[in-house]
Amino acid sequence: MITTDILIIGAGPTGLFTVFEAGLLQLKCHLVDALPQPGGQLAELYPKKPIYDIPGYPEVLAGELVDNLMKQIEPFQPGFTLGERAETLERTEDDYFIVTTNKGTKHKSKIVAIAGGLGSFEPRKPEISGIEKFEDRGVSYMVKDPEQYRGKKVLIAGGGDSALDWSIFLSDIASEVHLVHRRNEFRGALDSVEKVQELKNKGKILLNTPAEVVEIKGGDSLESLVIHNHQTDLTKEMAVDAFIPLFGLSPKLGPLSDWGLEIEKNAIKVNHTLDYQTNIPGVYAIGDVNTYPGKLKLILCGFHEATLMCQSAYARIYPDKRYVMKYTTVGGVTGFDGSKKEAPKAVVKTID
Amino acid sequence: MNEVAITIIDRQGVKHELQAPTDMNMNLMEVVRSYEIEPDGTVGICGGMAMCASCQCYIQSSHELNPMSDEEEAMLSEAFHVKDNSRLGCQIPITEELEGLVIEMAPES
Repeated sequence: MITTDILIIGAGPTGLFTVFEAGLLQLKCHLVDALPQPGGQLAELYPKKPIYDIPGYPEVLAGELVDNLMKQIEPFQPGFTLGERAETLERTEDDYFIVTTNKGTKHKSKIVAIAGGLGSFEPRKPEISGIEKFEDRGVSYMVKDPEQYRGKKVLIAGGGDSALDWSIFLSDIASEVHLVHRRNEFRGALDSVEKVQELKNKGKILLNTPAEVVEIKGGDSLESLVIHNHQTDLTKEMAVDAFIPLFGLSPKLGPLSDWGLEIEKNAIKVNHTLDYQTNIPGVYAIGDVNTYPGKLKLILCGFHEATLMCQSAYARIYPDKRYVMKYTTVGGVTGFDGSKKEAPKAVVKTID
Repeated sequence: MNEVAITIIDRQGVKHELQAPTDMNMNLMEVVRSYEIEPDGTVGICGGMAMCASCQCYIQSSHELNPMSDEEEAMLSEAFHVKDNSRLGCQIPITEELEGLVIEMAPES
């Protein structure tokens, strides 16, 4: 069981900045995110895109902003549970929350801050009838352990980076790699596209374009796929051991919607006049995941919401303590790691 | 008036005839959102970066539209429910040439 003061669901910019604001109040944070790296959308979708509306930054790349936030919160030693999706929220009798992930990791805290952005990123599943039946029985939407494909006949579908990269990677492991894409063009890093071309020429990747998997067959597990080529209009059935459709990720509110939270417009309703608390006391929602009249889904608004939320969280955790907000220019930043940053002291000295 | 008349058929098949401004630097996805034609959070999820296809629509009228960028083409090649007349709404700026445009929203996926 991981225990902390504030459990933050979502390691995007809002979640990361919460660690800083909480740290100023000497509150410890732990973050849970379904993605394997921190940064949320910024890291997953557009790390190379510039953002122009972060106050004080005329221009900053999304990936750079994440790096900077990670650096800014480092003194507060946040914990991370990455690659796991927060699945359930329970309240204990002594007024703590237990959040359990899809992999069974349990987290205990007085405060839960949902900074889940658009939700957790889930693989987009192609609409092939009966495909669910073969999930984990030959069909997987992501490659977790490449070794499991050793010596197997694998078919990858998709035209983006992950389809290209995994085709290249598995061409050394699997006995056969088939790559099926709806178009002749692939989107990906130039290196990857060229490498696939090279492996195709060598016969190490068998390309079938423009084509689609239209049917999936098998008993207990996957046995064969039916592929339709749009150019030749020919349909053929092929026996395979594994089918890996890689059609990108799409955000879903997912299990959060079963936590008893008031949901409106695919977002969590919060008390916007005070502290961004949800209908469950002690559970807050900040950043893109919340909604209130006039809501704007902007990073800078998430930062603001995180700041107010932390003040409220402090008062909940320490109802009897008196506290007033202190400027970092006055109080400096004292990390949990013993580091201390502060403004250099002015010298008071007579000049003769 | 700096407006064009556009018809949008929503995911339930309901027809919306509306005015879209040509002078607000808006695109088709934003028009759909501003009129709340589909539930919030189901259109324009990526914010208009041609990265999610949640604003995919089928162009039903015979308007000559701006050509597809590589990004749009790539996204549509991975999206579902794609037809020959599919476009991403976020990649279509509202211009005078769109007067009378008819589009249908693609299913959510």
